[in-house]
Amino acid sequence: MTGFIDSIETFGLVDGPGIRTVVFLSGCQLRCLYCHNPEMWQMKGTQMKSDELLKKILRNKPYFKRNNGGVTFSGGEPTLQKEFLLDICRKLKQEGIHIALDTCGVGVGEYDKILAYVDLVLFDVKYTDSEGYRHLTKYSMEESEKFIEALNRSDKPVWIRQVIVPGLMDTDAYIRSLAEYLKRFKHIEKIEFLPFHHLGFSKYEKLGIENPLQETPEMDPEKCEALYQKFLTYYKG
Amino acid sequence: MKEEWKGFTEGLWTEEINVSDFIKKNYKPYNDDESFLSGTTPKTDKVWQKCSELLKEELDKHVLDIDTEHMSGINAYEPGYISAEDDVIVGLQTDKPLKRIVNPYGGIRMVYQELEAYGYKLDPTVDKYFNEFRKTHNQGVFDAYPASVRKARHVGLLTGLPDAYGRGRIIGDYRRVALYGIDYLMEQKKKDWDSLIGPMSNDLIQLREDVSMQYRALDEIKKMAQKYGFDISKPAKNAREAVQWTYFAYLAAVKENNGAAMSLGRVDAFFDIYFERDLANGSITEEEIQEIIDQFVIKLRLVRHLRTPEYDELFSGDPTWVTCSIGGITEERESMVTKTSYRILHTLTNLDPAPEPNMTVLWSELLPEPFKKYCARMSIETDALQYENDDVMRPLYGDDYAIACCVSAMREGKDMQFFGARCNLAKALLYSINGGVDEVKGDLVIEGFDKMTDEVLDYEKVKSTYFKMLEVVASIYSDAMNVIHYMHDKYAYEAGQMALHDTHVRRLMAYGVAGLSVVADSLSAIKYAKVKPIRDENGVAIDFEIEGDFPKYGNDDDRVDDLAKEVLEKFYHELSLHKCYRDAEPTLSVLTITSNVVYGSKTGSTPDGRKKGVAFAPGANPMHGRDESGAIASLNSVAKLKYADCCRDGISNTFSIVPSSLGHSKEEQIENLVSLLDGYFIQGAHHLNVNVLSRETLIDAMEHPDKYPLLTIRVSGYAVRFNRLTRKQQEEVIARTFHEKM
Repeated sequence: MTGFIDSIETFGLVDGPGIRTVVFLSGCQLRCLYCHNPEMWQMKGTQMKSDELLKKILRNKPYFKRNNGGVTFSGGEPTLQKEFLLDICRKLKQEGIHIALDTCGVGVGEYDKILAYVDLVLFDVKYTDSEGYRHLTKYSMEESEKFIEALNRSDKPVWIRQVIVPGLMDTDAYIRSLAEYLKRFKHIEKIEFLPFHHLGFSKYEKLGIENPLQETPEMDPEKCEALYQKFLTYYKG
Repeated sequence: MKEEWKGFTEGLWTEEINVSDFIKKNYKPYNDDESFLSGTTPKTDKVWQKCSELLKEELDKHVLDIDTEHMSGINAYEPGYISAEDDVIVGLQTDKPLKRIVNPYGGIRMVYQELEAYGYKLDPTVDKYFNEFRKTHNQGVFDAYPASVRKARHVGLLTGLPDAYGRGRIIGDYRRVALYGIDYLMEQKKKDWDSLIGPMSNDLIQLREDVSMQYRALDEIKKMAQKYGFDISKPAKNAREAVQWTYFAYLAAVKENNGAAMSLGRVDAFFDIYFERDLANGSITEEEIQEIIDQFVIKLRLVRHLRTPEYDELFSGDPTWVTCSIGGITEERESMVTKTSYRILHTLTNLDPAPEPNMTVLWSELLPEPFKKYCARMSIETDALQYENDDVMRPLYGDDYAIACCVSAMREGKDMQFFGARCNLAKALLYSINGGVDEVKGDLVIEGFDKMTDEVLDYEKVKSTYFKMLEVVASIYSDAMNVIHYMHDKYAYEAGQMALHDTHVRRLMAYGVAGLSVVADSLSAIKYAKVKPIRDENGVAIDFEIEGDFPKYGNDDDRVDDLAKEVLEKFYHELSLHKCYRDAEPTLSVLTITSNVVYGSKTGSTPDGRKKGVAFAPGANPMHGRDESGAIASLNSVAKLKYADCCRDGISNTFSIVPSSLGHSKEEQIENLVSLLDGYFIQGAHHLNVNVLSRETLIDAMEHPDKYPLLTIRVSGYAVRFNRLTRKQQEEVIARTFHEKM
């Protein structure tokens, strides 16, 4: 079984607990306005056998011991390469490796099967209503709803991640709607707001793709934190 | 049992000199956290205040003062104090703090250069004596060096050889003086001397002479202590005496010798036994204990040697490698971390983050969790710690070894080392392409090789020629080392330090290499890409054109990492074929300290794309910026180099990480750093220097040194104040890979 891998970061410290090997699987159906990995839209890159990938990941196993370190599949959208993901996850589980899935839930089905292997889901909330969702991602919201249903059936823990783009999500109305929207998740462990940044801008230039948010300023981290605190009052209240 | 030993558990140590047994029978492991620690006392504050002023003055003048009237010696100087009424631990190298010693035994020419550099003149009688009557180590070496060694030295194939100053890297078991008192140690040496009989072979004659000198040196140590008003003929009665006696023994070493590295050894559990005994009988408080440790450490921070400006170019910031080994576990797998392990590291908080003593944590997966976290915290806050893997060293050196210099393990009082600086492996690779001709100086250095004329370098041909070249280089290197250490023993014998060893010691011939990552990447480029030499009119390759990509060391890629391993194994094998002076056992280190900059500046362009004069990566580090797969992959590459089989003298790796990449909060950063250290060392890796800081901070510190007077960073194997590095070294440090998140 082979998969398309864009890259591997061996020292991931923010995509799940402990020290993580982050595997970026390429291919994504969404075209999010703020996407910071546009080079991973197409399903291309290094073709790697799952055994080869397993070998690479196992090299890092000594670093996973404390605090549930392990592997995070990110992308792109990792669930798109369904068969490959299932294959590598099955092998990782045999080795007792903690698996996190960084996803927006827009794959090609068989979510129950995938989630059976996963220990933690990092769920990327795009937008809380279907119109906004389509505006942001150029894709329908329905598929992600299916994923959320499967996720709730699996009862796996979830870390919610919401990118905050100025002008799109930094309003009181939006965070109220988010507090409401998140009620549909059964097992949330953590909610993170990620301030929109410009670090991915050079990739657009390099790829010759028009950057729809070229003129949008970065989200101020302090304002983002204040927004988060306010959100918490709605969410808990 | 002697009166001074009351309260201690008896053992082998009461019958023979055996500090290790004393420690294991008596120490108390401490598994809790740092909350018991104390701050400084008013006395310490006063002493440190005074030192800080002197250190500032020294920094401006470079050298505060030099004693030109006396020559180095254990008892050659009048007593000196920082502040007679506030010094809790006493003793200085000369009669004043930071006043440097003239040591002509290594070489008198070096002394002239040193004095001239700072505007001093030698006392005429000393001058006359060393010119007319007394031969030095340096003269001896040059009387015997073969032409091949001189050539290799001249072009920088071998650099930093200890042939003009002390070899260092010897650790006396200074604790013996505290535990047994000088008189008992003298008695034992006398007994040994009496038993050294038989046909008077060279070896036996030499050993008998050594032991006589050791015996007299012990007496000198006793007299030196007497000048300070202490009688150290008997064992120490309490903790303060134990620290003071141990310090006198160490002080004797740095009065007598000026070796590059004058390391302290392993004192934490040893001192702790005395502190615990005094605490139990109510004669001391935690504040008083910390005061003793703080003041002991202040003394260690003031150790100086007279060096030339050229020496500084190799090793900046006046390093003395007062390496202090901390922690570790016993062979029975019990933690050796004590409260005193914490107290010693706590001086970095109580005084300030500083390069000396060189804080070296002997890491084991089995160390207590709170101690691991405390070390990680101190690394994040001070950048002053290095870590070495107790789990790979203990099987070879037992549980009473210590680190000399940066990474050299030796059993306390049982092993000594013949320091051998290092050989430039990258230059040797160029010699195999250029028929033994030096690419910078144009001299023919190694005979018997043809210049390669291929348009594109052929991997098999280059590799087999290189391996033949390494055979010749190993033989020259071995010759150099045997000559140096023969002459060092003859003209600059470290009697005071060797007196604190067993009479029959194991000797280690410590070879070293520089430029490993350059060689690995070069061979990889030749193998996996197309490398075309650009030759000058003499057919010497002065640059290389590379077509295509190739695997680079530092990405956990076996294709190139195996090349690094193979080169090391080959070179070590070749070295081990040569008989060593005094039957020393050959060892090898991959360590450059800051000399990677000078080595690079003396080496032409290499087939990996590195340009002429560009610094090598330090130690076993991947080349700057070529480790692109994240920190773990970089560490994994280095972890593949074999310690026990090949590099028993150490494999140095320096790791820099941006604080925000290590985690959001301090707690997360600590957790992640502990995970990183555990993960690295579980694989059998040997050494890691940890810096947690950003490139921007360093650039700012380079432009505005006054804003960062205390900024301390780990370079290869030691810590240094950033503002004491040369501009070129600062730039090299900044060019290194900083691991940060995408």
